[in-house]
Amino acid sequence: MAPSAPPGIGLLKGLGVTIKHLFQRPSTLMYPHERDVLAPRTRGVIALMDENCTVCMLCSRECPDWCIYIESHKETVPPAKEGGRARTRNVLDRFAIDFSLCMYCGICVEVCPFDALWWSPEFEYSEYEMGSLLHEMDKLREWADTVPPPPPLDEGAVLPAEVSDALAKVEKERELAAAKELEAKQAAEAPAETAGDAPKKGKAAEPEIHVKAGEIDQEAFDRLIAEGKSERMARSKAKAAYVKKEKARLLAEAEAAGGDAEAESPAPKAAEVKVDAGEIDQETFDRLIAEGKPERMARAKAKAAYVKKEKARLRAEAESDTGEGTGADEPAEVPSELGASPEAARQALDADGAATDDDAAPEVAAEAATTEAPAARKLGDIHVEGAGEIDQEVFDQLVAEGKSERIARAKAKAAWVKKQKQAKLDEEGGA
Amino acid sequence: MMLLVTSGVAPYLAQAESILDVGDTFIVPLLLKLAFVLGIFFVGPLVAGYLEHKAMGRMQHRRGPVEAGPFGTLQLVADGIKFIQKEDLIPSAADKWVFAMAPGVALVPAMLALLVIPFGPGVFALDLELGLFYVLAASSVSVLGVLMGGWSSANKFSLFGGLRAGGQLIAYELPLILAAIAVAVQAGTLSLVGIVEAQAEFMLFGTGINLWYVIPQLLGFGIFFVAALAELSRPPFDMPIGDSELVFGYMTEYSGIKYAMYMLTEYAGMVTMSALMVVLYLGGWQLLPGVPLPGCEAAGGLFDCGVTGTLLGVGVMLGKILLLVFVMVWLRVAYPRLREDQLQRIAWLVMVPLALLNLALVTIAKVVY
Amino acid sequence: MSDLDLRQEFLAGTAPGEDIAVQLSGDGQFRTADMSLSIGPAHPATHGVFRIVLDLDGERGREARPVIGYMHRGFEKLAEHRDFRQIFALVNRHDWLSGFSNELGTALAVEKLMEFEVPDRAQWIRMLLAEWNRVLNHLMFIGSYALELGAITPMFYAFREREDIQHLLESATGGRLHFTYNQVGGLKIDLPKGFLAESTQVSSLVRSRLPDYFDLVLGNEIFHGRTKGVGPLPMEVALSLGVSGPTLQAPGLPEDPRVTEPYLKYGEIDVEVPVGENGDAFDRFYCLLHRIRVSLDIIDQIHDHIPPGPVNSKLPKMVKAPEGATYVRIENPLGQLGYWLESDGGRTPWRLKMRTPSFSNVQAIPYLMRGQLIPDAGSILGSVFFVVGDIDR
Ligand code: SF4
Ligand code: SF4
Repeated sequence: MAPSAPPGIGLLKGLGVTIKHLFQRPSTLMYPHERDVLAPRTRGVIALMDENCTVCMLCSRECPDWCIYIESHKETVPPAKEGGRARTRNVLDRFAIDFSLCMYCGICVEVCPFDALWWSPEFEYSEYEMGSLLHEMDKLREWADTVPPPPPLDEGAVLPAEVSDALAKVEKERELAAAKELEAKQAAEAPAETAGDAPKKGKAAEPEIHVKAGEIDQEAFDRLIAEGKSERMARSKAKAAYVKKEKARLLAEAEAAGGDAEAESPAPKAAEVKVDAGEIDQETFDRLIAEGKPERMARAKAKAAYVKKEKARLRAEAESDTGEGTGADEPAEVPSELGASPEAARQALDADGAATDDDAAPEVAAEAATTEAPAARKLGDIHVEGAGEIDQEVFDQLVAEGKSERIARAKAKAAWVKKQKQAKLDEEGGA
Repeated sequence: MMLLVTSGVAPYLAQAESILDVGDTFIVPLLLKLAFVLGIFFVGPLVAGYLEHKAMGRMQHRRGPVEAGPFGTLQLVADGIKFIQKEDLIPSAADKWVFAMAPGVALVPAMLALLVIPFGPGVFALDLELGLFYVLAASSVSVLGVLMGGWSSANKFSLFGGLRAGGQLIAYELPLILAAIAVAVQAGTLSLVGIVEAQAEFMLFGTGINLWYVIPQLLGFGIFFVAALAELSRPPFDMPIGDSELVFGYMTEYSGIKYAMYMLTEYAGMVTMSALMVVLYLGGWQLLPGVPLPGCEAAGGLFDCGVTGTLLGVGVMLGKILLLVFVMVWLRVAYPRLREDQLQRIAWLVMVPLALLNLALVTIAKVVY
Repeated sequence: MSDLDLRQEFLAGTAPGEDIAVQLSGDGQFRTADMSLSIGPAHPATHGVFRIVLDLDGERGREARPVIGYMHRGFEKLAEHRDFRQIFALVNRHDWLSGFSNELGTALAVEKLMEFEVPDRAQWIRMLLAEWNRVLNHLMFIGSYALELGAITPMFYAFREREDIQHLLESATGGRLHFTYNQVGGLKIDLPKGFLAESTQVSSLVRSRLPDYFDLVLGNEIFHGRTKGVGPLPMEVALSLGVSGPTLQAPGLPEDPRVTEPYLKYGEIDVEVPVGENGDAFDRFYCLLHRIRVSLDIIDQIHDHIPPGPVNSKLPKMVKAPEGATYVRIENPLGQLGYWLESDGGRTPWRLKMRTPSFSNVQAIPYLMRGQLIPDAGSILGSVFFVVGDIDR
């Protein structure tokens, strides 16, 4: 069996295959310079949204190698209402995951009943020492900003019961809203009702507020895309930018509320908002579901929306308590049912966002664009200054330290917000 | 270097004038030639290695080196620096002196072989009358270094590698030399420069068509190429290294600068052998058969060229060398490794008879015409 | 020597690797000694911590003793302390190249014990991913076997294909090796949108690149020289040693639970079992390469079959298997995988015994390696496809 035969056809074929590849494009991805877009389900790192965590300890108990460390203490919450009962709740002190032990099974993410744990495709957190792989809450929270929205399911998939229920509900509400709108149109023809209807309309339009939960900062998004960032990264950054912007705006608003008394009407008492913890904002949830967002994401966002709403309400309450008028310097051409209060102004803003958000349902976008766009643009101008702002010093320093651009940017943004807040505080203190 | 020094007085003195023989002094040409040989010795392997990295990478759907220097050209320099920095380990059971000397013993002959190889019109250090003989003799000394390394490492895998290398050399030296003799017979000289000249003058029997020796001696060229691969332990004949069998063969215990010396030997060997094949079979620095280089039409198209002619000649020569190196790389990419016994069988049962046949044919043809 | 003798002789020896002694042979005039060469535990040919002790006479070996256990991680014991959700994260790790198939075997065993009916859609998707997993696994071995014979290039081509497939699987499961996608009663979550279209695309891509492997490796004369007639394993020996997968199909036995004992929905589609003739290294490789093609055929069939519907069913909060025991065997990429699952009615398995294909396949190594040359030892070692973690568990 000596292969003493003259080089046969097989040998030539081998040469042919290899030379063929010489002229093909190599499939190398130049990693640090180019990055792959990982699937949204990629189990890269576990992110924690600590706002959602109720310290139920389920994750830590179910983890097959017990690598989640949680510490908490109990706190007494004063009664929500006069004469109510004080309650205790758990406050998270420490949440750490030891990634040197973690086997990336995903059980913790799966069992968390409050959507506090998420998988992020982020993977660049290797360390020189095993011990450095123990990551604490702040780090885990940072990763939460990189969590992509879950992908839609395959056509043949059955949606979870909650989702399909919610969908049906939204469908029904849509019909109802359409009927109402028709009614309102007819009513608008009668000239006398404009002022009287405002509170009611404000309430009816309430769902509009919550569109913002899934909102992205379109400007930031466009800019990032133009910079050649992947769509997903751009989206997550744009979201972060939006949140930041929103915060800045609230601050500005509060400031304005302190100074001016241009308000046309007092803020409506948001009495319908409940105080129960763990509540989700049902309208937001339904809306997001209707927009085709997966159930989980919708739930988490709805929770966030609830918290935000709650905060706004508390602020408004505080303002009305001090007896000062509140409002924003919104122009007269704002449709009356929207221009009544900061709340309403925000609705307008959010609607503007919705108009540019390519994810939003088209009909919402169209509606918003036609009715509320002018006012919103003007208001929007106020917080453009803060868009996409990062703390350049921090950013440079982090990049110099060899951090990835993404992380550096996220941290720099956080630093900026912190600074901004500090400045605000100082200012207030000085005043 | 002794050869060089004595070349002025020895009977086997230079036939053709080297362009490095400038001035009347002894020392200037000597230094120039030294620089020339050392330059080729250190730069040639780097270029060959880079070509291997890149070609292999592209054939394997990769890019090869990209980071060090423009397009990764300095990758091997970076590797060299890395090797120099590495700890130079010597196994405690090793035969220390032999172990330390072995890479040098492998390296120096590879360098010496470059002495007589012409790289262009007049671009050579020395034109020995026995040039061909000298190259083959010098390059086969390298295997001593390999054997020494394999033996002294006190490692079973190294020992296997060293012995395989020894066996391989003995088996393939024979067809290599027989094929080379056929060329010498046809050219009527052992001088490498003379062989190039002879190729420029060789006409296809009775016609006016000028041909390089690769055409009449295609068989011989094939044998020489395969034997050269085997002698260099290049895949598919890399059993002395056989990384999936013998870990790394005779180099298993080597690290740092000594390992780098072995690697340099291998790549220098590739360059030397390719250059030898170009000289013996592919017409040396001629651009095309029968077409004199521009600028040197006067002297048969081979010598006394102007600056352009010389540079072009060197370029052509280097191009041909790299082409052959590329083919060696190509074979490495495409083929699995043979087995040691299969290799021996091919050598004794196929290559040696074929080489003898080739020699006989060439001799008969030479006598008849 | 019959296989029985062989095994008895093997069993009669002292602990593997400990009886390394120098024997003197020859007629006393020229004293030679056999050399014992320890290949591994860390050696390029063993791809993993696996060790073979060879008694050598020159380059020819007399005896070969595989030494296993360097990678024992005690999965069977660990599984007894993990509940039925957690064991999935364990079982996809013993054979790290067949994570999905291992999970599948576990899921089938638990479901069988619980008499659980899994929705159709989940079964088809499980099949789809199991076949992709098989292709992944086989590509790896094609690359590594060629590498063992000194051909470096097929490895890179195989990894290019693997990358495409892993990307695909990652989009559904979130993992690249340890998928953790199965759960008792179905799958964790349905496929993402567009998965099937991408799967079709990757399938045709891999199929279009398969001829490269046939040309580059299978048709190469040097490859023939290195594998044909090397390490033939006769059918009787193969059967008595309990090898399975390509190693068993190479002697010509079309044994494959997908065909002979269909699980999931394999009964509803055509599954071809490629077989060899001589049972040598070449045939083993031949079967392996053709199994990729067969898997791609299956994948294409599955694409047309996946029905709409749920992929999992409602489970009790705490999954508990009823008291009892069951055995499930499936065709893992490397051969037959069996799980013996015994439950005492609690929330963890009382015993989970793994019958892994690699463990059975390496039993053939002492037989195959007797009297072989060192290079052939590498060739044989690579052709009895195994994953070290799957041997030691
Ligand atoms: S992924 Fe698994 S191992 Fe890692 S922390 Fe979560 S539960 Fe624990
Ligand atoms: S399961 Fe979720 S809510 Fe409970 S402790 Fe863990 S992270 Fe917090």
